[in-house]
Amino acid sequence: MTEPVLRLEGLRKNFGGLVVTDDVSLDIKPGELHAIIGPNGAGKTTLINQISGLLDPTAGRIFLNGADVTALPANKRAELGLARSFQITSVLPRFSALENVALAVQARAGSSYRFIGRADGEAALNADAMAALKEVSLADRADVMAAHLSHGEKRALELAIALAMQPKLLLLDEPMAGTGHEEGERLVGVLQRLKGRFAMLLVEHDMNAVFALADRISVLTYGRILASGPPAEVRADPKVVTAYLGEELE
Amino acid sequence: MTTLVHTPARTGLSAIRVEAVPVLIFLVLALVPIAAAFGPETYWLGLFTRVMVFAIAALALDFICGYGGLVSFGHAAFVGIGAYAVGILGAHGVTDLLISLPVALGVSALFAFLTGTVCLRTKSVYFIMITLAFGQMIYFVAGSLAPYGGDDGLTVRARSTLLGLPLFANDRVFYYIVLGSLLGSYMLCRAFVVSRFGRVFRGARENATRIATIGYDVFRYQRIAYVIAGAIGGLSGFLLANATEFVSPAYMSWQRSGELIIMVLFGGIGTLHGAIVGAAAYLLLEDTLAGVTEHWKLIFGPMLVLIVLFARGGLLGLGESLRRKLFPGRSDP
Repeated sequence: MTEPVLRLEGLRKNFGGLVVTDDVSLDIKPGELHAIIGPNGAGKTTLINQISGLLDPTAGRIFLNGADVTALPANKRAELGLARSFQITSVLPRFSALENVALAVQARAGSSYRFIGRADGEAALNADAMAALKEVSLADRADVMAAHLSHGEKRALELAIALAMQPKLLLLDEPMAGTGHEEGERLVGVLQRLKGRFAMLLVEHDMNAVFALADRISVLTYGRILASGPPAEVRADPKVVTAYLGEELE
Repeated sequence: MTTLVHTPARTGLSAIRVEAVPVLIFLVLALVPIAAAFGPETYWLGLFTRVMVFAIAALALDFICGYGGLVSFGHAAFVGIGAYAVGILGAHGVTDLLISLPVALGVSALFAFLTGTVCLRTKSVYFIMITLAFGQMIYFVAGSLAPYGGDDGLTVRARSTLLGLPLFANDRVFYYIVLGSLLGSYMLCRAFVVSRFGRVFRGARENATRIATIGYDVFRYQRIAYVIAGAIGGLSGFLLANATEFVSPAYMSWQRSGELIIMVLFGGIGTLHGAIVGAAAYLLLEDTLAGVTEHWKLIFGPMLVLIVLFARGGLLGLGESLRRKLFPGRSDP
């Protein structure tokens, strides 16, 4: 049996008396795209934040490739092959698109405790960064400051940053959020191409995207996994239909 | 990849583009002793030595503040530590700079490491307050050093020597040594800023969470930068003690830390050479206005407010927008 890339065991998070993650357990196998859907406030982003190390769970454990990372800070988890995008775009606004990505390349290409020598002139870093930008069709915008990119382009840039990290697991927190129809389609296309290369955990409201991409779907309501399984099964589950899918799919 | 023709990206470092300004600044500083020979030489040499000493501390502050967003309100502490290293060692008859300089740099770096470990756990206003608190702490420690003059400070009996040679004795030679130190600190900081290390450090100001989630330990990078800035501050203090031949707790009061911040803002934050311009403008204005009226701060204060309000990039920014008005053809991309 292959080791799951990500394993959550009884994950729990309380904010005071409020339970936002309630005994969540799940496995993601290598190359699998696992989508998490659920109404607003279901605790999807909180879950992603715990997996990526920005929030400490109240109880439960997180394993990356079999190693317990529950106590590790975000940067250590990134070193172990975990990349993520944010629901609210998170790039370096005053860095060029290329430098945003080059910084991610730099993180895995030798020491960054180098004090002499221009970093932005390092051909190897720039070439890898450029390759990642090409994957998300952003190569022609490489020299544009991130702050000046369109919203959809920023989303693509976040994806390029994650790709440049050569992750084993990619967490995508609503990558389609706020993008127009065309940009959304383009992003789905990009994700389709990337599928299989590494495991992905996708949180997304766009049901068409989710059902087009996901190998497995988990439905989260009130912090608890209501149902989990292949798309067809989840779609047919009466609990899911009443709790969430009902209005959206009709 | 067939046609990956790519020029290094513009990094958003406005300082790197305008090379003429720093060259001009250092040229002027190099020529000051020659011009001074035609006037009250000791006075001019002394004033500009002072300018450069504070410029060293200010540019170190700009390094962490302008590039890393770490607004330290306790930067004068490092200057004071550097100065006290000279004063205390001197009181025990140790004047050789091969000892006093490493001690000055080492102790201020150590202080930066220890306080940075605490301060850098906090952010924004809390960072400002806690650096201020550490600065005041060391200020009161210095004031309580009874064997070394306490609140009154102590006189440095002899300037530092090198293997017994009175290297700093001649004001003109000393001036050029300070200029060399300033140039060295400036070049070093500039190299750091654009290096791999500097890119991570600058990135952390833009978006610390993003930097952490791509795999960098933001705290460690910031602490290294903080130690570098502390050591350069110590260098400034080492030179200050030699310049004034006197050491006092006043060197590390919070007012001094504030003045350093003002110098950085005054000249143009995030440019490094702006700190030099700021230090010069601050000290020369202070000197001039104090000669006109004893209430010089009444004039100086509003000037400062105007600069901060209307010239966002400080004096450098003001110069840049003037240049654009005068030569609109050469607009920047």
